[in-house]
Amino acid sequence: MKKTMERPLNLRHLFLVFLLLFTLATFGQDEVEAESNADEASTEEIIPGADSAKGKELFNSLCAACHKRYKNAVGPLLHGVTERRDMDWLYKWIKNSQELIKSGDAQAVQLYEEWNKVAMNAFPQLDNQDIDNILAYVEEPKPEPIVAETQVAAGAEGQGGSGISTEIVLGLLAVVLLILSVILILVNKTLNRFAAANGIPVKADKPKGKPIWVAFAENQFLVLVSVVFLLLAVAWGGYGFLMQVGVDQGYEPIQPIHYSHRIHAGENQIECKYCHSSARVSKHSGIPSLNVCMNCHKQIAEVAPETATEEYSKEFYDNEIQKLYEATGWDTSSQSYTGETKPVKWVRIHNLPDFVYFNHSQHVTVGGIECQTCHGPVETYEIQKQYAPLTMGWCINCHRESNIKVEGNAYYEKIHEELSEKYGVEELSVAEMGGLECGKCHY
Amino acid sequence: MSSEKKYWKSAEQLEENSPLVEALEQNEFADHIPADEFLGDKEKLEGSQTSRRDFLKYVGFSTAAASLAACEGPVVKSIPYVVQPERIIPGVADFYATTIADGFDFASVLVKTREGRPIKIDNNTVSNGLSAGKARVHASVLDLYDIQRLQNPQIENRDVTWTEFFSSLETDLKSNAEKKTYLLTQTFASPSTDKLIKEFQEQYPNVVRVVYDTVSDEAALDAFEAKYGYRALPNYDFSKSEMIVSVGADFLGDWQGGAFDSGYSKSRVPKDGKMSRHVQFEANMSLTGANADKRVPVKPSLQKKIVVEIYNQIVGKVASTNLSDALQNHVNNAITQLKSKSSKSIFVTGLQSLEAQAMALEINETLSSEVLNIENPRLIRQGQNSKIKTLISEAKAGNVGALMIAGVNPAYSLPNADEFIAALGNINTTVGFSMKKDETASRCKYIAATPHYLESWGDVRFTKKDFSLIQPTIQPLFNTKQFEDCLLKLTGNSSKYYEYVKTNFKSTFDGISWNQSLHDGSFSSNVELPKTTETSTVDFSSGARKLISESNAEGFELTLYTKTSLGDGRQANNPWLQEMPDPITRTSWDNYVTMSKADAEALGLTNTNVANGALNGNYVTVSLGDKKISKLPVIIQPGQAPGSIGIALGYGKTESIQEEMQVGVNAFPLYQDFDVNQNVTVDAVDGIHEFACVQLHHTMMGRRDIVKETTLEIFNTKDRHHWNAVPEVSLNHQEVKVTSPDVDLWEEFDRSIGHHFNLSIDLNACTGCGACVIACHSENNVPVVGKSEIRKSRDMHWLRIDRYYSSEETIVEDYDKKNNISGLFSAINTYGELEVASEEDVQVIFQPVMCQHCNHAPCETVCPVAASAHGRQGQNHMTYNRCVGTRYCANNCPYKVRRFNWFLYNQNDEFDYHMNNDLGRMVLNPDVTVRSRGVMEKCSMCIQKTQKTILDAKRDGRVIEDGEFHTACSAACDNGAMLFGDINDKESVVYKKAQDDRMYHLLEYLGTKPNVMYHTKVRNTTEA
Repeated sequence: MKKTMERPLNLRHLFLVFLLLFTLATFGQDEVEAESNADEASTEEIIPGADSAKGKELFNSLCAACHKRYKNAVGPLLHGVTERRDMDWLYKWIKNSQELIKSGDAQAVQLYEEWNKVAMNAFPQLDNQDIDNILAYVEEPKPEPIVAETQVAAGAEGQGGSGISTEIVLGLLAVVLLILSVILILVNKTLNRFAAANGIPVKADKPKGKPIWVAFAENQFLVLVSVVFLLLAVAWGGYGFLMQVGVDQGYEPIQPIHYSHRIHAGENQIECKYCHSSARVSKHSGIPSLNVCMNCHKQIAEVAPETATEEYSKEFYDNEIQKLYEATGWDTSSQSYTGETKPVKWVRIHNLPDFVYFNHSQHVTVGGIECQTCHGPVETYEIQKQYAPLTMGWCINCHRESNIKVEGNAYYEKIHEELSEKYGVEELSVAEMGGLECGKCHY
Repeated sequence: MSSEKKYWKSAEQLEENSPLVEALEQNEFADHIPADEFLGDKEKLEGSQTSRRDFLKYVGFSTAAASLAACEGPVVKSIPYVVQPERIIPGVADFYATTIADGFDFASVLVKTREGRPIKIDNNTVSNGLSAGKARVHASVLDLYDIQRLQNPQIENRDVTWTEFFSSLETDLKSNAEKKTYLLTQTFASPSTDKLIKEFQEQYPNVVRVVYDTVSDEAALDAFEAKYGYRALPNYDFSKSEMIVSVGADFLGDWQGGAFDSGYSKSRVPKDGKMSRHVQFEANMSLTGANADKRVPVKPSLQKKIVVEIYNQIVGKVASTNLSDALQNHVNNAITQLKSKSSKSIFVTGLQSLEAQAMALEINETLSSEVLNIENPRLIRQGQNSKIKTLISEAKAGNVGALMIAGVNPAYSLPNADEFIAALGNINTTVGFSMKKDETASRCKYIAATPHYLESWGDVRFTKKDFSLIQPTIQPLFNTKQFEDCLLKLTGNSSKYYEYVKTNFKSTFDGISWNQSLHDGSFSSNVELPKTTETSTVDFSSGARKLISESNAEGFELTLYTKTSLGDGRQANNPWLQEMPDPITRTSWDNYVTMSKADAEALGLTNTNVANGALNGNYVTVSLGDKKISKLPVIIQPGQAPGSIGIALGYGKTESIQEEMQVGVNAFPLYQDFDVNQNVTVDAVDGIHEFACVQLHHTMMGRRDIVKETTLEIFNTKDRHHWNAVPEVSLNHQEVKVTSPDVDLWEEFDRSIGHHFNLSIDLNACTGCGACVIACHSENNVPVVGKSEIRKSRDMHWLRIDRYYSSEETIVEDYDKKNNISGLFSAINTYGELEVASEEDVQVIFQPVMCQHCNHAPCETVCPVAASAHGRQGQNHMTYNRCVGTRYCANNCPYKVRRFNWFLYNQNDEFDYHMNNDLGRMVLNPDVTVRSRGVMEKCSMCIQKTQKTILDAKRDGRVIEDGEFHTACSAACDNGAMLFGDINDKESVVYKKAQDDRMYHLLEYLGTKPNVMYHTKVRNTTEA
């Protein structure tokens, strides 16, 4: 009896401890970020009088489409450019590179030739101070992978600050529990021994009557009722089991490329229909073709260090991007396509049977339904899974409960007026419109 | 009490000291059980690790594992594009306008593609040229996915690369410089191809081009050339006609390129009490004859006389014809009406004789016919078949070094194919440009694998003014090169044929936009047609004498014809077409001899229906000179002129064709001198042939509930009640119309809101061509079941075109005969008589029947699982996944339109048609379920199409206009016989059709309230 008492207690303790630890860990991370910001601030001295924070803003809005600080992209890497080139030359080049090339500047012409004669945009709107700011940002030393390490270190430090690590707490608790139970046993034994020594009879069991199961078996009514209930339970369970056959809710297969909706739709807030564009006009939402990925990933060859989670490291994600490059035949060194493509064989998650006709555009464009209604909080999914059961009951239920979006749609004007008069309602549900008819989805 | 009685088991036991009994006492079996054979090897047995128990464990485990594994859903892979083409959105269809021009069929079409693969052919409604795609054109999409197609070019039956092919071919062609090179091609009717061939001839001056039409219209071409100076065919606009007289011309079939039916149908629908009158003199029962107001069955020899007689009376007397009185009377009536309608009348003939064709032109000129259009003549037949004789004789003489064959299959289709094949042996370099390794290509040294027209570029000049463009709708599936590209390569031109066509277009047609033309698929231009240099005149009086003298025929007079399904046989490997029933005989998977009942009886030939209803027939041998075609089955054809027979061309192919499709007999050997009319002898031979005929009952027995017909006179003078009465039933001893709600068993649903779809079928406009049958097949993934299943009446066509014969001379007379029945004996006799179709003078009526989508559907009430239910838009929904296959619905359907999947028709080797291979399955419509075994299916009124139209409108936020809704059949019908729309839209055409006096419902007295309506057929019986 006592033992069972301990379990809920134990759980509650654990819960509290975890809560405490998480809070501490979050604080710890915040501290790290603040620290790294401080680091950035300290690099201000590279170009005198320049503000690298402003430079960062400008760089991201104007330069980042073609340039990277530490890596060649469409244009050459920029880190160290102040050492390679003269500042005056840089001012001229950035303000209007074509003019400089035309003027016959040897350096400019050579650079132009070297980079496949891709002309760089002119930025006459930048003054020298702006350019200084940008260059200051560009010249910041590469924050070595230390960042990740510092995070770990900082994390450890943060935890160290609280003095107890999770494991230690758990270990201590286990020891305490062990001791407690041993003590209990010992106390029990001692008490018994005392009782025996003092001749106090330990309460013996009551004289037994009929065992309960015999009594039960003799009561025919009870037997009958329980059999009925048992059968009902079996039927209910069996029905439930059979009903979930072929229902793949929660199906979460491993994909050939670990694509994280959390990063794309969640952190980066990319609109679903940017990639799944055909959902607007077609029956299929469409698995985006790889050229859609490359719209962004031509530039983004690696994830930001912050993207990494405990489960998936930065290296892991970077490697997944490499898989994309391999599939599209993108050569990162020459920044061009090799022409050798390997189409990706995704594992299809939502498999409607052949005899069901489902049209995305009907729901997305006409009905104005959010993708999340059927697909769940996709923006939080690290691995995409089937959120809804996709059973007919689920479809029908929604058709009964949802109203038709008639505003501004000339198609519905007449029929809405007539039907709402017929049913005496303001808002028409899909079912009232005929959305429960077999032939609307099965043909 | 015990007894000493001894029971004995055999006589042996009674014998004492029998060694056998002794032995059996020790041993159970008399013979030694050869257990040593499998248990003798003791060492091995002991060495074995598997005990019997283990074995059972393995069995148990593997069974359990298999069942567990079966519970797991399969992993489905999806592979998106790496780079998605801009215009392709998965799930959205793209449409391209292109043109079929295979030498036999010419039509401007609209191709529906899904994810880059063509799945359906539609009529190109924007085109002003030939836009009426018939059954073969609609089925041509399946030829693209034919597994028999050549996948690589070949030299001497060995796959080679194109580089090797051309280097070898060029060497061969150049070494032939001193001998002639023949170029034998189909009619391309393509300005660019013609230009290219001329350039080729400039490069190789020894090249002689011969154009070969498998089924020739040379006589008509010659006649037109002689009169008007262009090598072309006259064009006809039958919509302007008020009087049509045809002598043996099947102009609703393939006569002179066909596609006249859309104009014809326009003139056939009574408007303001007027419609055209059509008189047909012919031997075979053709589609045209079946549609005529008056059909006179006459042998070809008499047809010639009739042409002369009409010429006599309209243009001027050339020779006396001595027709029989009865026939003279028919001819005179026709002539009087031709004269009275003068410019609104037209005379056509199908006789393959220069004189007859020239006479037709003269007659029409004298009538100053507006129907005949000589300003815009047709260019889709250009054959000079007589030149093939020269080709063969020169090859025999060894003067031909090379022969290039493009688009034709002479080794199959020439009447003297054996001679041609022998001549091929005399030619060093033979090149076949072919999609398949057919009879000709397989005998050629070089085979250039050519693409399907849906993978090609090109231009076509249908008529003088109407042009059309061919554009690819899919990347070539195989390593193929089109004929023109090969010629470009051989002439050393580095451009592609696409560029060639485009350049040619831009230089020829100034001011016409290429992009717009490509989008529309067609354009018009007044570019001059080159006049022919050869001039000749026709001597009518000697010509007439020749025609009359030819008339003394012995034996049987044969008329060869092409079926609407198979045509000249180039699409013989197409299962849709093979399974499409012939509109007249309703027989699929065969060709046969059609013969009149009198002749069949004389020869002792019968047609019988066996126990399961399937049709059996006898065989005959048909001989023409030394040519003999043995074992042709005979079908007794009402309306066949006595003394004449008919045989369809295009069957009996044996190469590059799947075994299942190798049906029928090749009748081309009878096509001597490219004349369809021949004098042959017919002998009965032993044997029973099994036909796959889908219709058992041939007459309506005077019943008015199914097909309704009346005459123009009655239609114009009498009230609707007389010729199209709504059936009445008794309610409280009062006659009440069956449409009245008082006599309805069911409560009426309110269908006034939203769409309410109705399909209207005008029996006056329907010619029975069957384009709708194939369109339905292709749109709805209808399976092909094969000949033996068709014999069991298990055909799967969702849409059938019933054909009924009259029992009396006309169908209206049948009605009268039935109405005059009085008394039991009269009824028994008369019904018995009415069951038999009339022998000679017979009327034919066609009626397309599909699911009638009854508002009070009998099928819906009997379904135990509610798999058949009604939608408020009027459609009767069939839910395949609910269906458990009780077939109650099919039993309860009065129209017999439900089809049961007796077998799995896809991916099943027993039904080895297109749905059994990956290539063929590419034609399937992804928006329609492929049905599985054991479920019922039927016409859905193309709900996928109406749903799409509605969704498109919703997405655009607009109101749907009339004419946007279509079913596959209504879209395929160019004749305006099938119209589909929303009757809640009071402005719609179909609503107006529903209010028409001619409107009736099939078996209306049942009160099923169908959403398909028919329009009473009106025949113009006005004589003179």
